[in-house]
Amino acid sequence: MTARTEPQPQPATPDLLYSQDEEDLRSAVRALLADRAAAPTVIAATEADTPYDPRLWEALATGIGAAGLLVPEKLGGQGASHREAAVVLEELGRSVAPAPYLTSSVVATETLLALAGDGGPAAALLGELASGARTAVLAVPFATPPADPAAALATLDGTVRGIADAAVADVLLVPTAEGLYAVEATAPGAAVEPLVPLDLTRPLATLTLSVATGTLLAAPEASATAVERGLLAGAGLLASEQLGIAEWCLTETVRYTRERHQFNRPVGSFQALKHRMAQLWLEVVSARAAARNAADALATGSPDAPLAVAVAQAYCSGVAVHAAEECVQLHGGIGMTWEHPAHLYLKRAKADSIAYGSAGTHREAVAELVELPAP
Amino acid sequence: MSPAVDAAELRRRTRDLLAAHPPATTDRTDFLKARFDAGLAWVHYPEGLGGLDAPRSLQQAVDAELAAADAPDNDPRRIGIGLGMAAPTILGFGTDEQKRRFLRPLWVGEEVWCQLFSEPGAGSDLAALATRAVRDGDDWVVDGQKVWTSSAHAARWAILIARTDPDLPKHRGISYFICDVTDPGVDVRPLRQITGEAEFNEVFLSGVRIPDSHRLGPVGEGWKVAQTTLMNERVSIGGSRIPREGGMIGPVSRTWRERPELRTHDTHQRLLTLWVEAEVARLTGERLRQQLVAGQPGPEGSGMKLAFARLNQQISGLEVELLGDEGLLYGDWTMVRPELVDFTGRDAGYRYLRSKGNSIEGGTSEVLLNIVAERVLGLPAEPRNDKDVAWKDLSR
Ligand SMILES: Cc1cc2nc3c(=O)[nH]c(=O)nc-3n(C[C@H](O)[C@H](O)[C@H](O)COP(=O)(O)OP(=O)(O)OC[C@H]3O[C@@H](n4cnc5c(N)ncnc54)[C@H](O)[C@@H]3O)c2cc1C
Repeated sequence: MTARTEPQPQPATPDLLYSQDEEDLRSAVRALLADRAAAPTVIAATEADTPYDPRLWEALATGIGAAGLLVPEKLGGQGASHREAAVVLEELGRSVAPAPYLTSSVVATETLLALAGDGGPAAALLGELASGARTAVLAVPFATPPADPAAALATLDGTVRGIADAAVADVLLVPTAEGLYAVEATAPGAAVEPLVPLDLTRPLATLTLSVATGTLLAAPEASATAVERGLLAGAGLLASEQLGIAEWCLTETVRYTRERHQFNRPVGSFQALKHRMAQLWLEVVSARAAARNAADALATGSPDAPLAVAVAQAYCSGVAVHAAEECVQLHGGIGMTWEHPAHLYLKRAKADSIAYGSAGTHREAVAELVELPAP
Repeated sequence: MSPAVDAAELRRRTRDLLAAHPPATTDRTDFLKARFDAGLAWVHYPEGLGGLDAPRSLQQAVDAELAAADAPDNDPRRIGIGLGMAAPTILGFGTDEQKRRFLRPLWVGEEVWCQLFSEPGAGSDLAALATRAVRDGDDWVVDGQKVWTSSAHAARWAILIARTDPDLPKHRGISYFICDVTDPGVDVRPLRQITGEAEFNEVFLSGVRIPDSHRLGPVGEGWKVAQTTLMNERVSIGGSRIPREGGMIGPVSRTWRERPELRTHDTHQRLLTLWVEAEVARLTGERLRQQLVAGQPGPEGSGMKLAFARLNQQISGLEVELLGDEGLLYGDWTMVRPELVDFTGRDAGYRYLRSKGNSIEGGTSEVLLNIVAERVLGLPAEPRNDKDVAWKDLSR
């Protein structure tokens, strides 16, 4: 690699604020989640057999129209962008509500969008996802980073482990050496086996295919490009979910430590705690800028998008985990209980830090993109 | 209040200024004076005081147009305290006469300002200050000692806070003055610092006579006036657009690209982490800027100083280490009294040492964390025992 001395090319200035429409969308989603996905409901749901509340999904996907935000109107969607989808994910992170939004409405949808140009089965499936009538997931391990999609199966035969939300998906998008297939979850030869996940609010499953049949959506090369695009959007918007998690953790910790008294004072008046929460606030504020930057770069199709996504993931993963860990610690004994929702956030944050590539993996992507090569 | 002028009108006035005073043939100071008089210095200031009562957000367009025409600027590094702290305080609390006397030479850079706040016994706890000002006819007579005063050796004027009533609780007995640093009672002595140079000073005040007309705000209300100064000191970041790799991360990234022989796996990991954090801090500053322009200022400003202080220290520390053998050397320990405050200039060793001040000057990081915790997050204050006690009765 040659050394370069010129300054880095500067991207166009991103819009890092929220529009009024985005704030309105946020209010609608927040109100719905407060109603349908309050903490006790979410905790109870983790112990039920059905990982998702179908009425919540219907209200979010269809009622609010969130499922089709990324899909153009002519394909049956809302014709909005990653900026709006990011706002939905902030709210889903803030409530750790179980919903296949990231996997179906972002990653699977974005993958199909790369293939739907000339109609065909991809466009038809996209319409179904956009309406929220059906859900799909990309059948790759949840930890797969965008720059390095895991080796695809040779054919529709074999096993893919640790697919997020596969247990609730109607359709599995399976990348193989022959191209990308859409396989019905109920197709003969396809078996989805639930796993016990660290994050109770996002089920994982193993897909086993034995000479299954599916619809070919794309040839190998187009398939690889589409999968990469889906994963890039997933990684980029995951940062907004992480922001939402961190925000909830900070807000709740501040609220609790203002009220909880020990040594005849609110524990939140002790400087050792105040400084930790102030530090977290700074991290949350910074995570917001990084997440907004990634969403805006994806929305505008900026050439800066891969870097914006890598920076956001390299930063926001750590912030969400840090916030959730502090939340548990500063709640003391209550923070360790099953009843208190703090653990749901810790589990989601930790799982998210692995999803779509770890912070370290994304830093390696940064090294590549800005030419700071390893020794 | 509807703005007196809009963007189009500002553009017209900027072009008129450039036409009447072509930068190529106009003396630097003359140009700056003409710019001030045209109301294009800080457009949000009142007419006649360097501004046009225009929205603050329009300043950028004026600055960009002038920069494109190669017009001289008023080097904020040299006059930072005047521009960033004295000016908004004078504008907020000064009499008409004070505004007319001080703002123009301040902005043009003919008169440099310094800040006589900190004392050996009062740093973070600034309101504990002991410098006395005693009324004598139309004057105040000031005695005391100030310390860590940046640029006092280059300054013409100082903003000064002093105790005017020791019988009141500490926050209430303070008044705020404009002090003539050339007064014979002012003794400025270089205070050599960690870098070898003397950017700041000790300042001894003995029998300094300050006319009452140089008092800012009412007697005894100096703490309130000082809040304006301190707020402006801490929130001065965020006004300008920083390019990618624009801060401390720039030099170390260039070294990495140009000197492959220095690379190690450990420094690579640390560099990448810091590169990402510097980029995120840049974006956070950019978001703050966009909020200001949109008229929705957020509290993020109070965090930016914290973020940059930490980053500057970590990045410059990594840079010294990356340089290996060369990191063992230092450019120059000669004691000089620089006119400019320069964080990023000189070499890696200098940057490393100078950046240690970033978490102390203008409020320590610990004090800023307190401010964020209490004012932004609304966490309870720690119990205190100095609120209703007369200053003279406090233990010291
Ligand atoms: C390069 C530089 C330039 C400066 N320029 C100027 C200038 O031009 N004019 C001027 O007036 N001053 C100037 N200062 C002084 C600066 O404002 C003070 O040094 C600063 O406010 C800290 O005060 P102190 O030095 O007395 O430290 P102290 O207040 O004694 O602090 C000592 C330590 O205790 C911590 N601490 C203190 N109070 C608390 C608290 N409540 N909670 C937690 N921790 C606490 C501090 O963070 C610090 O770590 C400058 C300082 C530097 C380093």
